[in-house]
Amino acid sequence: MRLFSDSIGRKVVMAITGLLMVLFVIGHLLGNFSIFAHGINAYAEKLHHLPALVWGNRVVMGLAVIVHVILAIQVTMENQAAKPTKYKVERYLKATFAGRTMIWTGLILGAFIVYHLLQFTIRKTPGLVLEQDALNRFDVFTMVVSQFKVGLIALLYVVAMGGLFLHLKHGIQSTFQTLGLSNGVMLPRYGALGKVLSSVFLVGFVAIPVTIFFGILK
Amino acid sequence: MSAHASDGTMNLKLIVWRQKGPNEPGKFETYEARNITPHHSFLEMMDVVNEDLIKEGKEPIVFDHDCREGICGMCSAVVNGVPHGGFKRTTLCQLHMRKFKDGDAIYIEPWRSRAFPIVKDLMVDRGALDKLIQAAGYISAHTGGVPDGNATPIGKRTADYAMDAAECIGCGACVAACPNGAAMLFAGAKISQYAELPQGQVEAPERVAAMINAMAENGFGNCTNHYECQAACPKGIDVKFIARMNREFVKALAQDKVGALAQSGK
Amino acid sequence: MILDGKAPTGKIQDSWDNYRFELKLVNPANKRKFKILVVGTGLAGASAAATLGELGYNVEAFCYQDSPRRAHSIAAQGGINAAKSYPNDGDSIYRLFYDTVKGGDFRAREADVWRLAQVSNNIIDQCVAQGVPFARDYAGYLDNRSFGGAQVSRTFYARGQTGQQLLLGAYSALSRQIKAGTVKMFPRTEMLDLVVVDGEAKGITIRDLKTGEIRVHVGDAVVLASGGYANVFYLSTNAMGCSVTAAWKAHKKGAFFANPCYTQIHPTCIPQAGDYQSKLTLMSESLRNDGRIWVPKKKEDLNKPANQIPEEDRDYYLERKYPSFGNLAPRDIASRAAKEQCDDGRGVGPGGRGVYLDFSTSIKRLGEDKIRERYGNLFEMYERITDENAYKQPMRIYPAPHYSMGGLWVDYNLMSNVPGLFVLGEANFSVHGANRLGASALMQGLADGYFVIPYTIGGYLAKTKPGKVKTDNPECVKSIADVKAEREKLLAINGKRTVTEFIRELGATMWEDVGMARSEKTLTDALKKIPSIREEFWQNVKVPGTGADTNQQLENAGRTADFLEFAELLTRDALHRNESCGGHFRVEHQYPDGEAKRDDENYCYSAAWEFKGVGKEPELHKEPLKFENVHLAVRSYK
Repeated sequence: MRLFSDSIGRKVVMAITGLLMVLFVIGHLLGNFSIFAHGINAYAEKLHHLPALVWGNRVVMGLAVIVHVILAIQVTMENQAAKPTKYKVERYLKATFAGRTMIWTGLILGAFIVYHLLQFTIRKTPGLVLEQDALNRFDVFTMVVSQFKVGLIALLYVVAMGGLFLHLKHGIQSTFQTLGLSNGVMLPRYGALGKVLSSVFLVGFVAIPVTIFFGILK
Repeated sequence: MSAHASDGTMNLKLIVWRQKGPNEPGKFETYEARNITPHHSFLEMMDVVNEDLIKEGKEPIVFDHDCREGICGMCSAVVNGVPHGGFKRTTLCQLHMRKFKDGDAIYIEPWRSRAFPIVKDLMVDRGALDKLIQAAGYISAHTGGVPDGNATPIGKRTADYAMDAAECIGCGACVAACPNGAAMLFAGAKISQYAELPQGQVEAPERVAAMINAMAENGFGNCTNHYECQAACPKGIDVKFIARMNREFVKALAQDKVGALAQSGK
Repeated sequence: MILDGKAPTGKIQDSWDNYRFELKLVNPANKRKFKILVVGTGLAGASAAATLGELGYNVEAFCYQDSPRRAHSIAAQGGINAAKSYPNDGDSIYRLFYDTVKGGDFRAREADVWRLAQVSNNIIDQCVAQGVPFARDYAGYLDNRSFGGAQVSRTFYARGQTGQQLLLGAYSALSRQIKAGTVKMFPRTEMLDLVVVDGEAKGITIRDLKTGEIRVHVGDAVVLASGGYANVFYLSTNAMGCSVTAAWKAHKKGAFFANPCYTQIHPTCIPQAGDYQSKLTLMSESLRNDGRIWVPKKKEDLNKPANQIPEEDRDYYLERKYPSFGNLAPRDIASRAAKEQCDDGRGVGPGGRGVYLDFSTSIKRLGEDKIRERYGNLFEMYERITDENAYKQPMRIYPAPHYSMGGLWVDYNLMSNVPGLFVLGEANFSVHGANRLGASALMQGLADGYFVIPYTIGGYLAKTKPGKVKTDNPECVKSIADVKAEREKLLAINGKRTVTEFIRELGATMWEDVGMARSEKTLTDALKKIPSIREEFWQNVKVPGTGADTNQQLENAGRTADFLEFAELLTRDALHRNESCGGHFRVEHQYPDGEAKRDDENYCYSAAWEFKGVGKEPELHKEPLKFENVHLAVRSYK
């Protein structure tokens, strides 16, 4: 299957898996916003009554992440081998910091996802407060607050979201280019879309640990 | 230094990569370029330095150059970190010294990429680009027996698009500029030119598949959409042609031509 | 000796078709047994190698550049002629033939020119099929423009990069054959000798420019497509590596050199800015379609900005002298007129070596956008080089050596007097006579490569046995030894002056004494100066490094050494041709208005010179020219 062996085939797979993850991130962000309306427990409860959706999503996302990461490592190693010597003077006209650090922001995000799942999905990290709320639902809100009150954890989230911002600032426009959906007119627009979306993600996701840590969200 | 400013001439410090042969170790050497006017081209400035070196009994700096009018694609050196020096739509031979100031230090390095082994000093072997064209960068038209040039009307926009892609001079600056040593802009431009024209559409799926194979076989890297290639391209070839190549690849995949071609052993 | 061009007789319209039919064919199964060596990969060489490979011959192709795509054909800007008559403006094969014979000032072989005009149409079709993106109109049909001295629109073009696009087309065809295995490509190699065995060309000795290895390649025929010799003037529009070397080495092995004095000086080049300059840049003469050429009438205006010189104080000298052609007068006429103005002390810019090419009238009439659309890339190039904005102030232009009509003598088969040695494109002397019309060089290169040599080489090969000569042949061994000895000699001199100093000195002499206007005196002077430069060269040149790897100075030294011999032949030819014709202008022979005055009674022949030794007088052979279709007349562009 040339999709998984060719230079462009693998990029197409990365673009598609990346796009799936972006869609998930959008959904995740919208779900997260229920926390500000104190509706996150209800939201979580509802999700748990839709096991097909939850598990379908977990399987697809799990596969997407694994494929995306494996190809990313493979492609990056190939690329480094194709450029064995760097220039004495390092100067770029167009290439961005975000673009050049994709592998690192990606790996940070990968590690973050593992931690994040251990923390809030599998719930095995230290210091978690696991209890039921007044309506006898699992109290997601208290669990989250119990974590983000810890400065180090809140900071870790901010850093990870910084990684997400950089990764998607380059990644979103890159997706359209790789899938061949881009042209001279659309490329700058995709670039702008990428910047806007990744900024929204950054602000939206960082808002929770920050507001909780500073006691704004109680 | 101000003494020079009055008559407009400059003295410059060049830090140049010197390497005796493909398998020899190389190193930077420092040279003085004296009495350079703003009207000297960059290569004429190098000529001046070389004439001095010869008279001092040293070996002059080897660098590729030929037409000196920005079209043959032979000249190739990285100036201060960017191929051809990084001035818009300018090859090294058309870069004039008015872009530099008296006393400037200029780093001059060869194209760096696994696909372009160094021959000597600043001269590299770009045969890998020829290999890409040999893989499928053509329309298989026999000499003779072709229809009248006007038999198939080609819209002006189509012709212009193909021409935009065809302007590539094959200098390899895109590969040299790419942090991944990829030749996507070079290949994408050729694939787009032929995919756009009715004459080239017949072989479009096989062409894109073969050229992508050839890129991997000849040591080029993969595209990660930095667009550094377009920025460094002395002809301003647009990365939209890389998107077009990707699109052609997906189309070919959908038509299952790519898989078939892989089986037939290319 | 009277040379026979072997041109077919009879009705010119049928000459090529009949001749083609009578040519012997090589059996398809036998073709791969024949090896053909092609030197040079410009339009002529690449198209020939590709087509011969496609026919089934076993081809080896050589170029000095790192890729066949970089040959200097790539720099041609304006376009390629063909007698398609798409614009319905009265063109025909016959008219293209007529214009070319007349434009060449009646110094070309009629039958060759006819053939060129006839196959011109096939070239366009071929290039379109290869994916050459010619300019199209909105209906999708091929666009044409009129070009340098033509009164019909027969020039096809691809922006300002027609040569590039045609060469890339030929290169793509060549690449296809390389992949197919019929052509083996040897880039970064330079031909330094022709191997002649029993009077026939059977091989070449080359130097691998990367490793310094000198070796011989043998074949059943040698095709030289090694370009022209305009770099004998040092400052020219040719690429730095263009040289006479391959042709000259063949000449020294017996091939006659014809009409070397026919050189073309292109009128629209960017003037020289200083003494350090390494080459001159041409701008397409299509600029003359919308630009008006002038100089100030008064010398005191020379230092004023052009815009401040009032209309009545400008001398639009081409429009004045040639009212019907005006700024579109043929190249030789436009160039000479510019030189006259400058010699008269009315040249503009550094050193008074320039005339204005002014677009203000056209910008007023058509708008700046239209001019930008037509010539944007040229204006951009002009600004990059001169730092001047030609939308706001006129360009400065000056003539520069550009093309050489002369070259190795060939018969109608494009075969030289040495059997088995074929010469194509600018390297031969055939179709342009004493002056080449604009957009005709590309046409000739591709005609020779795609549509002539594939037929005519068969006529030779059919009569010979394949593989007659092996690399251990004594001639091969001797050739390698000679080439090595010459390299070693160059490296051993270790004198005081660099190669560049010598080629500059030679170039300056040639430009001054054998340039646009020649006289018996300047030519005689040059014949004294050239041998003395050559002598000093062989005693005092400094070539650093060794021959065992990449050594660009050694390459240049070899080319310069050949130019130093060739320059003498060029000058001798110019001195012998005691008339003016086309690009060869002898000041003694002109009409009162300064037009070139031919002497058909005494010089209606091609002069083919036989090498007799360095510094020795070469022997002149004449090929009389007959004009049965286009009658000898005074070329008038008034």
